[in-house]
Amino acid sequence: MKQLMIPVIAGAMFSFAAGAASATTLEDVKAKGFLQCGVNTGLIGFAAPDDAGEWTGFDVDFCKAIAAAIFNDATKVKYTPLTAKDRFTALQSGEIDLLSRNTTWTMSRDTALGLAFGVVTYYDGQGFMVRKDAGITSALELSGAAVCVQTGTTTELNLADYFSRNNMELNPVVFEKVEEANAAYDANRCDAYTTDASGLYSTRLTLAAPDDHIILPEIISKEPLGPVVRQGDEEWFNIMKWVGFALLNAEELGVTQANVDEMMSSENQSVQRLLGKDGTFGEDIGLTTAWAADVLKAVGNYGEIFERNIGADSPLQIARGLNALWTKGGIQYAPPIR
Amino acid sequence: MAVGDMAPDRGVRGAARVSPLYDPKIRGIVFQVLLAIGVVAFFWWAIDNARENLERANIASGFDFLWSRAGFAISQSLIDYTPDDSYLRSFFVGLINTLLVGVIGVFLASIIGFIVGIARLSRNWLVAGIAGVYVETLRNIPVLLQLLFWYKAVLAVLPGPRQAVELPLGSNLSNRGLLLPWPDVEPGFGATVVALGVAIVAAIGISIWARRRLYATGQTFPAFWTGLGLIVFLPLLVFLASGSPLQLMYPELKGFNFVGGLHIQPEFVALLLGLSLYTATFIAEIVRAGILAVAKGQSEAAFALGMRQGPTLRLVIIPQAMRVIIPPLTNQYLNLIKNSSLAVAVGYPDLVSVFAGTVLNQTGQAVEAITITMLVYLAISVATSLFMNWFNRRVALVER
Repeated sequence: MKQLMIPVIAGAMFSFAAGAASATTLEDVKAKGFLQCGVNTGLIGFAAPDDAGEWTGFDVDFCKAIAAAIFNDATKVKYTPLTAKDRFTALQSGEIDLLSRNTTWTMSRDTALGLAFGVVTYYDGQGFMVRKDAGITSALELSGAAVCVQTGTTTELNLADYFSRNNMELNPVVFEKVEEANAAYDANRCDAYTTDASGLYSTRLTLAAPDDHIILPEIISKEPLGPVVRQGDEEWFNIMKWVGFALLNAEELGVTQANVDEMMSSENQSVQRLLGKDGTFGEDIGLTTAWAADVLKAVGNYGEIFERNIGADSPLQIARGLNALWTKGGIQYAPPIR
Repeated sequence: MAVGDMAPDRGVRGAARVSPLYDPKIRGIVFQVLLAIGVVAFFWWAIDNARENLERANIASGFDFLWSRAGFAISQSLIDYTPDDSYLRSFFVGLINTLLVGVIGVFLASIIGFIVGIARLSRNWLVAGIAGVYVETLRNIPVLLQLLFWYKAVLAVLPGPRQAVELPLGSNLSNRGLLLPWPDVEPGFGATVVALGVAIVAAIGISIWARRRLYATGQTFPAFWTGLGLIVFLPLLVFLASGSPLQLMYPELKGFNFVGGLHIQPEFVALLLGLSLYTATFIAEIVRAGILAVAKGQSEAAFALGMRQGPTLRLVIIPQAMRVIIPPLTNQYLNLIKNSSLAVAVGYPDLVSVFAGTVLNQTGQAVEAITITMLVYLAISVATSLFMNWFNRRVALVER
């Protein structure tokens, strides 16, 4: 018996294009018509969906600022909520165009991980939150404490460093998602919760009884937080940096969301350069003349973003502190647009 | 086939003149070679592409990171570990934690599964009903939700460390876990260990001798009880004679937490409970199927030969049921081990949480970390399968 068999060459077309697309990130973003922005899975004030399901917050506003600079439309953003663990892989693999997720600028991330930081949107530091009834007033009394912490953060490393430096015994309880870490702390699984101080204020609001918890005075690390892009695309890197600087310069020059149009006729050359009345700064970074004006109309200047999301006009009530402009006692300082 | 059957049988007559294009042997070889080339080419392309992309993105690659300082702490470790140790050591901490929950989980799931499986066949309506409800609810809820449920349930019910529930023997229970007194070994304990070894060897010897005598003379000997007595009393005698060289360390509340003793963390308990209870539902069904697969005539024949209920179950029913039970049981063991990678959801530091989580994130070397983790799970699974296959061959029905 002979089986009739028709030779079928099944598949195996090894004609894969080697490597990713060669277009720049800006071209890609313009072509698809929106910015894919990586944000926190839920940190009130920084990035969290509001009652209507819209993403809002300090980090979210930076995504909107970039979208406004490119499209003159702050709504052309799609958000990818990311855990601390997954955020760099998402950026490295090209799943997102920009990471704006309270991410600390460190040397290894800036070099070995293939990431590029350029602007600090929030000067933060790591702190501890404990229950009031634990009766402690200093982080140095935390020896032996169980500490809830999120994995994949500088926090996890600082925590180990701080405890060993002070000869204290550490029992970390490590979670992947910030919500799980919060819930475990709220359920009294841990004596202390640690993250960046800004995150502690935000987390405290989500606990069952926020007033039963205090934030200890010690700040154990430097955490300069900012947006991140992939290395190797200078144009896109410049857009991230200079949108950030434009927000700071606008605050310094007194240009706000409300008075952008008035300021267009300002005599001040610095304002004219910022708003595109003088020079070709927008074109030089691949954007339009009115890039900064578009950003300011959409989200306001740095101070407005801060107060609206995490400052005096928000439930978090975080003081400007280090994040005040250099002219007002802080360290927020942007290179000039000229 | 149908076409071939109906068509005139050209194959026999034309066998000598068959074109190489239609020779099944040559075609088989050609296709196998093509497939092999295809597979190799695909992997070569994938690896080369990954390397090229990593290089372009300026991401460090290679395995040198394994020897760098880890710098992060791990809550549960069976080997000594501090943040000053290397990433490689943190890898082993995670691996051992995974194996720990895997091994204990497999045992626990087997025990619960066998009990529930037999209970479902019980003539007692209540027992069978409870077992049925347990199986039908737990196997139909995703295991991740069950893990979160157990974790929240464990944490919600238990009090804080200062209000810990006191249990006998100085152990206590709080939401920081279960704390048990744990023996601290003093010099001289070695003799007891040696005595235990001697007792075990002697017990095995006695059972072999008893079996030979049974086959030779038909006389029975209580080998099990003799062996058990040896294993319990010989080490105990040596232990007492050498002056009880063990000291129990009791957990004490010092500052925030308990110090000393054995500390079983709630994360571990939640993971173990969740995985075992989930997998046990499947094992219960496998056991039930296995027992039902043994024909009723087998037990009737055994009774007719004058065997009592116990030996019938032990010598006739279970050996025949086992050959049906073991192959699907292997799958359940593999599932349990692989599901243990959900540990990170409840904060248990397993391999995925420590190595494919923290280490991957700190070093940014996703390709290396994920590859190593996958290979480890593959190795654990293959080892489990090999062992179960060997065990299966031992219990399989030998047919002529």
